Amino acid sequence: MGLKSKDLVGIKALDAADIEQILDTAAGFKDVLGRDIKKVPALRGKTTVNLFYEPSTRTRTSFELAAKRLSTDVINFSVSTSSVVKGESLRDTALTIQALGADFIVVRHSCSGVAHFLADNLASSVLNAGDGTNEHPTQALLDLFTIREKKGVIRGLEVAIVGDILHSRVAKSNIYALKKMGAGVRLIGPPTLVPDVLKDLDVEIYSDMEKGLKDADIVMMLRIQVERQGKGFFPTTVEYFRNWGLTPERLARAKKSALVMHPGPMNRGVEIASDVADGMRSVILDQVTNGLAVRMAVLYLLAGVKE
Amino acid sequence: MKIVIKNGRVIDPSQGIDGVCDLVIEDGKIKEVKSEKSKGKSQGHENSRGTKEIDASGKLVFPGLVDLHVHLREPGYEYKETIRTGTAAAVKGGITSVCCMPNTNPVNDNSSVTEFILKKAASEGACRVFPIGAITKGQKGEELAEMSIMHEAGCIAFSDDGRPVVDSLMMRRAMEYSRILKVPLISHCEDLALSAGGVMHEGLLSVTLGLKGIPSQAEEVMVARDIALAELTGGRLHIAHVSTGGSVALIRSAKKRGIADITAETCPHYFSITEEAVGNYDANAKVNPPLRSRKDVEAIKRGLSDGTIDVIATDHAPHHRDEKLGEFDFAPSGISGLETSLGLSMRLVDEGVLTYSGLVEKMALRPSGIIGIDRGTLRPGAEADVVVVDCAGECKVDAGEFLSKGKNTPFDGWTLSAKAVLTISLGRIHEWE
Repeated sequence: MGLKSKDLVGIKALDAADIEQILDTAAGFKDVLGRDIKKVPALRGKTTVNLFYEPSTRTRTSFELAAKRLSTDVINFSVSTSSVVKGESLRDTALTIQALGADFIVVRHSCSGVAHFLADNLASSVLNAGDGTNEHPTQALLDLFTIREKKGVIRGLEVAIVGDILHSRVAKSNIYALKKMGAGVRLIGPPTLVPDVLKDLDVEIYSDMEKGLKDADIVMMLRIQVERQGKGFFPTTVEYFRNWGLTPERLARAKKSALVMHPGPMNRGVEIASDVADGMRSVILDQVTNGLAVRMAVLYLLAGVKE
Repeated sequence: MKIVIKNGRVIDPSQGIDGVCDLVIEDGKIKEVKSEKSKGKSQGHENSRGTKEIDASGKLVFPGLVDLHVHLREPGYEYKETIRTGTAAAVKGGITSVCCMPNTNPVNDNSSVTEFILKKAASEGACRVFPIGAITKGQKGEELAEMSIMHEAGCIAFSDDGRPVVDSLMMRRAMEYSRILKVPLISHCEDLALSAGGVMHEGLLSVTLGLKGIPSQAEEVMVARDIALAELTGGRLHIAHVSTGGSVALIRSAKKRGIADITAETCPHYFSITEEAVGNYDANAKVNPPLRSRKDVEAIKRGLSDGTIDVIATDHAPHHRDEKLGEFDFAPSGISGLETSLGLSMRLVDEGVLTYSGLVEKMALRPSGIIGIDRGTLRPGAEADVVVVDCAGECKVDAGEFLSKGKNTPFDGWTLSAKAVLTISLGRIHEWE
């Protein structure tokens, strides 16, 4: 048992068994997190470096806490105070961090492919915390964990992902993960943000949200970057909400038991109505809690690969 | 001095020659191509003193290749390439004439830069260098450069290359004005708004890699515009590095209708590999225009085969190793192509896309005709630019062994079946194992 690679760069490189194993391991850690004493000594003496080239609160905090719960030392490498501003290359920065003895490097970067690049160039385990518009694998894993926890199964579910698919690393990782686990995937949004070519991944594409949500088991909303407004992707956030905002009326098109998910941070009134975000079917805060367990599982399993 | 290249299969489409012959060179010029029949008559001249004999049995003998699209980087970017290293790489690749693009620093948009390049080439170059001048000052697309003064100084064509002339009126004027010189305008066809931010071919792969795509139409829109402007103005248009099936179709139809004076080139990477070469973000496969789909590769081959595409050029774009090592988005575009061009293009003969004569036409004769130089031929009296090609063995591409400073190639480690083993350029014989 164990993962096959020293790194977690994306869901693309995993198979269903890998995903299953991570989710099972995460379930064990979720039990730990429910205890009074939430820390285990599993990775004592190891070092985790959070290398974040892009601002992030929730993912960085989640990784930091996950690493601490496993008793690793954690360093946050902050870009603003680093030599990056002096023009140091990505590779040199990463090699420097590795030379300091980092066992795990958690990286977030605005360019796609950076996690691959570091994984290829470093002996440390590289965990992708989001690279450009490529992948955000731990987010997809925690989403799957949440779905499995609430629904019991993933196979056979109909999952609607709504919003800016083109620029969303969360959506990409979720598409790959859900397909590998046997779920049906529908992508909903304006044609400017949902490329037709994705049909080749055996997913359904809708620009009409009412049609796309029909009888869905899961409604996964994506954050709309307000900066896309006025760049020709859609006219205004008002019109966006009119067409693709998740309202109680629209949610009624999905199954009665449908869950509402969002990777955060939410834009209330842009992609999701507050009534839905705070409603009974929302599992948005469960996602955050589960993120910790999933990230612990990934760190733990990758440590096993290296040993 | 006299050189005789004996018993090679000489390919020279300019004279319709394809057969085992002896090639006789005297005082840096082609003296004659002696076929089997005529050999007997002139025997006795051979083996006389001062004659160097080269045995080319089992090998091919081509006129030295002419490359219409090369970035020599000097002046200004000598850390990427120099005239010395770039021409040495050319000669190793069987290329004896290179046309260098003007995107140097300073830009080759005035005759002093042209003169500098030619002076440097004369003292350090291993082959002939033909500078291409900028169409507009600073390649900014705003004011015409002094084309006729630069032409007098030695520029053989004009191009703003990687910074295409966006303003259609400016391009119209440039095409009209260039008629006084009877030289081609070489157009890098790219609608910059449509390609903005793009780093690879747009398609499923770009979406799943999370890389911004450049649609084929970014090229085709400009190909269509430039064909229309060539029709309007009667100027000579040479379309650079054709990468898409749609562009091939546009050019084919324009040629068929005979509406304009158009020629076109493609590069070995556009008929050898696809977007798949980007793999997991290999910046050595980042090039502009980008590597396209399998369908486009097939269309390019058909275009070469039916004559729609006239020329194979390298778009040799050397970069420093550090520039290609890091974020894919930030890596500069370009492939170091001089030392793999011949080997990759010879695959077209193996595949039946071109004959040997057809290949030599695309790589030597046609490009010479387009820029109006008397090269790419083995006619008696021509400069003795010659390449001997071994296509019997296998050779491995090793970027580390490139004479070019640019080791940036997606073909590193490939096995090719042909390579130049001897090149005669500027009166010197260069030989390799």
